[in-house]
Amino acid sequence: MNNEMKAKKDTVRRLLSYMKNHKIKLFIVVICIVINAIASVKSATFLETLIDDHILPMLVSGSNDFSGLFNALIYLAMIFAIGIAANLVYHIIMVVVSQKTLKKIRDEMFEKMQTLPIKYFDTNSHGDIMSRYTNDADTLRNMIAESLPQILSVTITIMAIFIAMLAVSIPLTVFIIISVLLMMLFVKNTAGKSGSYFIKQQQSLGDLNGYVEEIVNGLKVVKVFSYEEKSEEIFDGKNEIWRDNATNANTYASIIMPVMQGLSNVQYVFLAIIGGYMAINAAPNFTITGVNVLTLGMIAAFLTLAKNFTNPISHISSQVNSIVMAIAGASRIFDLMDEEIEKDEGDVILVNVIEHDGGFKESQGKTGIWAWKCPSDAGEAQYIRVRGHVVLENVNFGYTEDKMVLKDISVYAKSGEKVAFVGATGAGKTTITNLINRFYDIDDGKISYDGIDIKRIRKQDLRRSLGVVLQEVNLFTGTVMENIRYGNVDATDEECIAAAKLANADNFIRMLPNGYETVLEGDGSGLSQGQRQLISIARAAVADPPVMILDEATSSIDTRTELLVQRGMDKLMEGRSVFVIAHRLSTVRNSDVIMVMENGSIIERGNHDQLIEQKGKYYQLYMGAFELE
Amino acid sequence: MVKTLMGSIRQYKKQSILTPLFVSGEVLMEIIVPLIMAYLIDRGIEPGNMNEVLRYSVYLSCFVVVQLFFGVMSSRLGAYASAGFAHNLRSDIYRKVQSFSFSNIDKFSTASIITRLTTDINNVQFAYQFMLRLVFRAPLMMTFALIVSFGIDSDISKAFLLFIPFLAIGLGAILKVTYPIFDRVFQNYDKLNNVVQENVRGIRVVKSFDRADYEQKKFNKVSQLIYREYSKAEKILAFNSPVMLITSYGYIIIISWLGAKAIVASGNNIALGLTTGQLLSLFIYAQQILISLMIISILFVIVAISRASMKRITEILREDSNIINCENPVYEVKNGGIIFDNVSFVYGKDSDKQDKNVLENINVMINSGESVGILGATGSAKSSLVQLIPRLYDVTSGSVKIGGVDVRDYDIATLREAVSLVLQKNELFSGTIKENLMWGNQDATQEEIEAACRLAKANEFIEAKPDKYDTYIEQGGANISGGQKQRLCIARALLKKPKILILDDSTSAVDTKTDAYIQAGLASYIPETTKIIISQRVSSVCNADKILIMEDGKIKDMGKHDELLERSEIYSQLYESQLKGGAVNE
Repeated sequence: MNNEMKAKKDTVRRLLSYMKNHKIKLFIVVICIVINAIASVKSATFLETLIDDHILPMLVSGSNDFSGLFNALIYLAMIFAIGIAANLVYHIIMVVVSQKTLKKIRDEMFEKMQTLPIKYFDTNSHGDIMSRYTNDADTLRNMIAESLPQILSVTITIMAIFIAMLAVSIPLTVFIIISVLLMMLFVKNTAGKSGSYFIKQQQSLGDLNGYVEEIVNGLKVVKVFSYEEKSEEIFDGKNEIWRDNATNANTYASIIMPVMQGLSNVQYVFLAIIGGYMAINAAPNFTITGVNVLTLGMIAAFLTLAKNFTNPISHISSQVNSIVMAIAGASRIFDLMDEEIEKDEGDVILVNVIEHDGGFKESQGKTGIWAWKCPSDAGEAQYIRVRGHVVLENVNFGYTEDKMVLKDISVYAKSGEKVAFVGATGAGKTTITNLINRFYDIDDGKISYDGIDIKRIRKQDLRRSLGVVLQEVNLFTGTVMENIRYGNVDATDEECIAAAKLANADNFIRMLPNGYETVLEGDGSGLSQGQRQLISIARAAVADPPVMILDEATSSIDTRTELLVQRGMDKLMEGRSVFVIAHRLSTVRNSDVIMVMENGSIIERGNHDQLIEQKGKYYQLYMGAFELE
Repeated sequence: MVKTLMGSIRQYKKQSILTPLFVSGEVLMEIIVPLIMAYLIDRGIEPGNMNEVLRYSVYLSCFVVVQLFFGVMSSRLGAYASAGFAHNLRSDIYRKVQSFSFSNIDKFSTASIITRLTTDINNVQFAYQFMLRLVFRAPLMMTFALIVSFGIDSDISKAFLLFIPFLAIGLGAILKVTYPIFDRVFQNYDKLNNVVQENVRGIRVVKSFDRADYEQKKFNKVSQLIYREYSKAEKILAFNSPVMLITSYGYIIIISWLGAKAIVASGNNIALGLTTGQLLSLFIYAQQILISLMIISILFVIVAISRASMKRITEILREDSNIINCENPVYEVKNGGIIFDNVSFVYGKDSDKQDKNVLENINVMINSGESVGILGATGSAKSSLVQLIPRLYDVTSGSVKIGGVDVRDYDIATLREAVSLVLQKNELFSGTIKENLMWGNQDATQEEIEAACRLAKANEFIEAKPDKYDTYIEQGGANISGGQKQRLCIARALLKKPKILILDDSTSAVDTKTDAYIQAGLASYIPETTKIIISQRVSSVCNADKILIMEDGKIKDMGKHDELLERSEIYSQLYESQLKGGAVNE
């Protein structure tokens, strides 16, 4: 419980730290809130002045001179005007502060997210990550823009009213404090119950929404299997649990207001009785300014003050839940921000060079020659030309500690070679590529690139030098042209079109309603799987990397089209090292070396003819295809 | 729109009506209480009569108890009714969505259906709860308070009427200006969601191409837009409070001035005019009127915000599935023979942008128990053709017949029971392997499940897992490989024991050898089932009784392997490229 409180406090403190830059603005806000609170207290206490200083004396003296009251009202109007101005100023400043803070948190969260390792995305539900940008950020906005200023404003108002009350009567104030404490007890109890139901409600809602998301995403499968009734049954169960929790949470939350209202009326009754008794019996009344006797105006004023004292408290109490939810939301956001980032201790970077005196010289412009810039202790950087020579030596790896996926893998890819991996699904082919581009780090062994340990290469430069076409194609909202250009932001339209031609995607792109300017939405949902793969190949082609990794890049393309793509790719592959993963033997057949994988190990290696000669697994696979004839 | 939504209130009608009634009672009490308070001051405290003080205190306490009762009841019933309404509404939308055909789903997109079922419902529920409790409260409170105020002193109360046009115009103008801005804010939120979603899904692409900066820029742009629009809207909304304050403070000053004059004129005698007690009441009523106005203005904002959500939900509720049972459906599928009779097909015929036929004049006859392979280039409409068989889409012209009966004459559930289609883009659901497989047949025994898995070559990897058939599958099958997923999907389809089995490129991630086993198994173990296999691999289809070659939505050629090898250029090229592809390239 104590730890929980501390965690909550830390979350709030951290949230506040985001507003550090706005110190001056916040200072103005505080001053404006104070002014605004004074004006609102003034409006509550003016009644006393009105009755005691103006009406009653005039009633007693019978005078008809209203000039005193007139002046007092002018004075009051001026205070009110300043109060209103202050109110407007702090509202507007708070809008700016809260929105800027939110933007900062949002942007930082996204920036942070870009640095997280692939593992984070592989192990967290996407819906869960996304909800931080929407649901959780929304609760924060509520808290910063509404709850915080309100709490501040209410606190100041309560303090001002408290002093005003003391000035009227200490005994009556003591009574108010006692009754308010009793009310708080009720609020705490009810809000506690409501809070626990709110958490349950959120949990059941998360469960319900998760189910809905999954079923709707797979709706076509639901239809194919006529699974509608069964899914409705499951849905109904979850929906009913939610309804139950929501009813309870909202009952307790909305019961606070009327009960507080009733209690404050009870308080009013008691005040009237006590005050009346004191006034009628002329009992000594202690105030902070001295001892006097309660007057009618004082009682009237005190009754108003008491109402203004308890109302904001009940108002704030009914907001307890939104604050609890905001803190929960903030801590989820901070959890993401506290995730361990992808480690990168590499200092070797990728640069453009020109040949110079038998060595290399760094160049700012595009030269077409890439080199690794290795800083050395001596100070003079060393340049190594990028050739795409990738070596894996005795690599062991497992996604989890208890299960090894790759065992003692060694691969030598010389510059310009085409290295293929074949094997059954789950043999560990894709894992190898995950290791080369360091989506995951090896447990044991060594991977080097042009003789440099890849751990020494800065990750972004390493990845830039590897063109990857993945099994699962992801396209982005935007035109076809923009999607191809994703591979290289500097590419001209002509270069993008040339890449599309290379990938044999040009034909179908031209058939689209607006050609290259056709806007793709929802991950290119209007295109077939094969067409999406062609675009992703064009995207990798335009990046023009020294090494290409093709992971089942053509699995959804028919073999005839693949043949055409292959020709373009062969042109593309000239002078590059290429890693190809495929189950289709026709795709890998012309590779320089083919690795046959089984259960995380390489069991055979060699070119097509050698492997056929070996009459091993590859031979069986190859013949297996013929067996059906 | 409202009427459509109201249809979901149903069994919560009673509570939905009672809540505002109790709220009205509560309001009535809140009006009476200050009146008694005025008496308490005027007749008790001022003349110094303690008996009167106690008498009115007792009255007051009674009313407070009644007020409490009404308050608690309205809270409880309001919460009950609004949660119930949201429950029904969600269930209605869910059922509606379940009834949607593929083209209905395509029209809305799954992402948008999900938003409507989650965020939009929350907005509507919130608005409904707010409405139940406040829609009567605010106007009632205002009316009562005004009436009583006029009863106390009509001259002073008239002053309040002066402020009403000011308030109405002020608040109205603020709402009018902010509504379109908020609309834009929500659209930008959609964009932000999209950027995040694509980023999260495509994180491997982002990292591979080192595009984090680019993504960040894209995100910042939308984030900046939201910041700008949201601040703009909220800055304008910030004027709400000064407008209210001007009214409230202005009224206090006027009441004070006029009240003081009236009291002095009457000599604080209730018989002659205004008294101090009544002045106090006027102050309280003035506050209540203002609070009511404030509530009304909040109500407007909430309705304005939820209006967009209501619209989106109504769109779903009003959308009718375009694939429904005919009047006297046939409940038995005699056999697995399929006839495509002059079939043409266009996606989304009501949308005007694509008029080109996806399928044109297809005529095919498939006998029950035959195996048919379909080959064709990417985008040649192979998937579109087979999706017409279980009526996932309806033909545009011509007809598809199964067992001699037009598919549109079958009961849909019966039809889909008989036709098992393994989709190209298939899904597994979170749950155990067994639970996923039982989608095919909820009464399947362990033996049947294992048999289906053997046929789909899924048994080996399942049995290698520590929990075997009880292994938990993450959402979307994230914890198994693509090939394993495909084999589970085939096993699931086999459990249906269908008359027609369609595999739409369902073995693309399965290696050739496994694929060969599966194909051979299907041929020998379920000979009476009509099998349609779409594939990129010639080896998957070359043993079929018939092979269809498709191109641009037409059937280019049809025949057995040997025939096609001889006469079809496309087929022989495909065959060459796959079995001797390496040689061609060298």
